[in-house]
Amino acid sequence: MAEQRTSAKKAARTAPKAPARLAVRKTYKLYLGGGFPRSESGRSYPVTSADGDHLANASLASRKDARDAVTAARKAFSGWSGRTAYNRGQVLYRVAEVMEGRRAQFTDQLVAAQGVERSEADTSVSAAIDRWGYYAGWTDKFAQVIGGSNPVAGPYHNHSSPEPTGVVAVFAPQDAPLLGLTSVLAPVVATGNTAVVVTSEEAPLPAVDLAEVLATSDVPGGVVNLLTGRAGEIGPHLAPHGDVDALDLAGAGEHATAFEEAAAETLTRVLRPGPEAGGGERAWLDPDPGTSRMSPFLETKTVWHPIGV
Amino acid sequence: MPNTASAPEAVTERGLRAFLHGLPAVDEVGAAARAQDLATRSVKTTAKARAIDLAVSMVDLTTLEGADTPGKVRALCAKAALPDPEDRTVPTVGAVCVYPDRVGTAVEALRGTGIGIASVATAFPSGRAPLEAKLADTRAAVAAGASEIDMVIDRGAFLAGDHLKVYEEIAAVKEACGGAHLKVILETGELATLDNVRRASHLAILAGADFIKTSTGKVSPASTPPVLLVMLQAVRDHHRDTGRRIGVKPAGGIRTTKDAIRNLVLVDEIAGPDWLTPDLFRIGASSLLNDLLMQRTRLSTGVYPGPDHYTQD
Repeated sequence: MAEQRTSAKKAARTAPKAPARLAVRKTYKLYLGGGFPRSESGRSYPVTSADGDHLANASLASRKDARDAVTAARKAFSGWSGRTAYNRGQVLYRVAEVMEGRRAQFTDQLVAAQGVERSEADTSVSAAIDRWGYYAGWTDKFAQVIGGSNPVAGPYHNHSSPEPTGVVAVFAPQDAPLLGLTSVLAPVVATGNTAVVVTSEEAPLPAVDLAEVLATSDVPGGVVNLLTGRAGEIGPHLAPHGDVDALDLAGAGEHATAFEEAAAETLTRVLRPGPEAGGGERAWLDPDPGTSRMSPFLETKTVWHPIGV
Repeated sequence: MPNTASAPEAVTERGLRAFLHGLPAVDEVGAAARAQDLATRSVKTTAKARAIDLAVSMVDLTTLEGADTPGKVRALCAKAALPDPEDRTVPTVGAVCVYPDRVGTAVEALRGTGIGIASVATAFPSGRAPLEAKLADTRAAVAAGASEIDMVIDRGAFLAGDHLKVYEEIAAVKEACGGAHLKVILETGELATLDNVRRASHLAILAGADFIKTSTGKVSPASTPPVLLVMLQAVRDHHRDTGRRIGVKPAGGIRTTKDAIRNLVLVDEIAGPDWLTPDLFRIGASSLLNDLLMQRTRLSTGVYPGPDHYTQD
């Protein structure tokens, strides 16, 4: 180490002085249909660290971005839900693999966003990566746990099997930008649904980093669509949307009731905020959340089959 | 653009060639830029609502598949007469468009609705058949009750420079149509240049077309904004020179409300507001209607409806 340093110093003395390098700053954009467009509205908003320092500008998604996201999610649905459960598991495990390679980036992002200790951020990142592995394992197992054969009073085999609900609009937890987001998103896609996610408004940057991971880990474009912006602005258009089949209101906060009412018009399934709401990343640390976040986004198909035919 | 050439007096290959090749050349870059520029027009709220209703009334609801069953045609006709069963204020479409052997089914299903029945004819979509076969095809469709005939031109002859053959075929089909309106499909995707589109438009108009139509929908690219722009200029110039109004029908590739409204803007700006009627402008489409209905619902209720709230065919 010491030798390297001295040789570097020598090199610096002899080499002509390089001009000061310009910073390469990232433009944080939406993740929509597998691409990274700016908001259709052209708007953005400043994102600050926990201390109030300016970190970056994030795109401020509009009603039309939400509309486009739903269209993209619908388009991706038949392909994604039609894949074998095993293949979906492999893809989700790949997400964990790619995330592992970008640990440092996620940790830095969380430290900046939440002002937490590095060790705590690291715990969050580990849990988030493990969460993808966890649901990757569930993809070809939840059908056995949630579905099954039913005893019926007649000469029939009777089977119930879970099928994905469709397009799920997810309001990600506001105070848990990475682990919370992963914990609500992974079960939705693991079961074969496609997702339109409204990320945490104050800390959207980890979500955009996650989008980069998703874009490079075999998740087909449109399966996950991430909108950075205000739940209160986008939600009133997503909740009553006729092509949104379910809502996860984990991060809808004060809007949860209004969104649920709006969703009633089109018989949209709704998952209300759970006990984790408002608890920050720590609230999502449970390593084994079971099927509680998968079964709300599954429909049961029951088939009667005559015995002896 | 001034039309410097004047129509030939006697129809000969030489006269047609002199006329068609005397037409001003199309500035391809300029046409694309003009179409692009007009595509940015913002049509919102009440104007959008009117545009949507106008577009619905201009749709030629089309099914042209080898697999068309009488049942599918009946379903299409039901949709043409009542596009949105939940909202009876939606206007009916302009016409349904089917193959000649399905015209009978459509006539029965649409009796009393006043909706036109268009039938493709003349060996659609390739047009590669003897003239007698094309005429028989046309007569069969008219006899079955078609009120509009969509014919294809012989692109092979046109591209080979045999304008007279194209002219005579159109004139013969026009005669076979009797009282039915004749729409002439230029299949602009196969004509290669906008100059050819302009020549083919004038040739078809000269030969007696009531409408000129861009494409069969079976060739890509189908209707594009610059092509539509050139065709609209042709009907505008023809009206200026003769006082006769010819209709235009883009078909193929128009799937969204946005596309439809952009087409209407082109019509208004190039041909003029007189053309904003189903008598002079039609849109050949099948999936467009659902998108128009969805946008209509979104405007009136403020909520995005899902595509599975509307029938697929």
